Amino acid sequence: MPLPLHSTEMLKVWTVIAFVAALAVAGEVLIASGMRDLGDLDHIRVRVGLPGTIRAVLSTPKFVIGALCMAFNFFSMLFALSIADLSLAGPAIASLTYIGNAVAAKFVLGEAVDQRRWLAALCVCIGVVLLSR
Amino acid sequence: MTHRLKPSQYAVLIAIMLTASVGDSLLARGMAQVGHVDVHHLSLLWQALFNPFVDAGIVLLIGFFACYTTALSWADLSFVMPATAFGYVVIALLGKFWLHEQLSLSRWLGIALIVCAVGFVANGPARTEHGEQEHPKLDPMDAGAGR
Repeated sequence: MPLPLHSTEMLKVWTVIAFVAALAVAGEVLIASGMRDLGDLDHIRVRVGLPGTIRAVLSTPKFVIGALCMAFNFFSMLFALSIADLSLAGPAIASLTYIGNAVAAKFVLGEAVDQRRWLAALCVCIGVVLLSR
Repeated sequence: MTHRLKPSQYAVLIAIMLTASVGDSLLARGMAQVGHVDVHHLSLLWQALFNPFVDAGIVLLIGFFACYTTALSWADLSFVMPATAFGYVVIALLGKFWLHEQLSLSRWLGIALIVCAVGFVANGPARTEHGEQEHPKLDPMDAGAGR
């Protein structure tokens, strides 16, 4: 049975919002993983200087793919804003991204996301929604 | 989770908060001057590159990305996240004290929650240790390059 027009529109909007948030999470997790693999950039800069550090970062595949995800996220965000109100899309994407990042940090990056960090992610989500009102 | 940050690393986190929020604000102000961009007026994007607010915004956002990348090299993603969110608070406070906008009760509550979030993680350990090598991917041939 086809959904009513309003429901299909809302489904489309929320699908796009979820897609944009997923791209942001993928980008940030890939960049975080790439940087963790590479090591402390401050130490690397001491050893090989700034140009060597930039070269090391730009030759990290995870960083490059993550940066591409972030760039794609930027353009898909523009598309999301063309079909949804900023007051809905902005906080919804930001909140989903923060929660998605916390979940991915724990289960993909293996970070020790303790109660304090879960609480912080929840506070940020609610805070972003309240700030956008 | 025993890793603690140095003062210079806290400075990088503060730079993340400030560059993202001020950069976004400058871009928004510049694009408001440039005008509405759509598929029929893409040349406006070229004109936008000559707007000083847009240029300053782009420079700050490049700085943000550099600081963010640096922070992720010595801190967890779930530690750095609240710092990026604090940019929303900076924007709201800039609106209040610079542009003299009124902040509603819900916005003050939002500011309080994000400040709490930063407080929750800021005093805790910054990095989950996995027992990895310090610089496993750095090519030894790079040593000394760029000096």
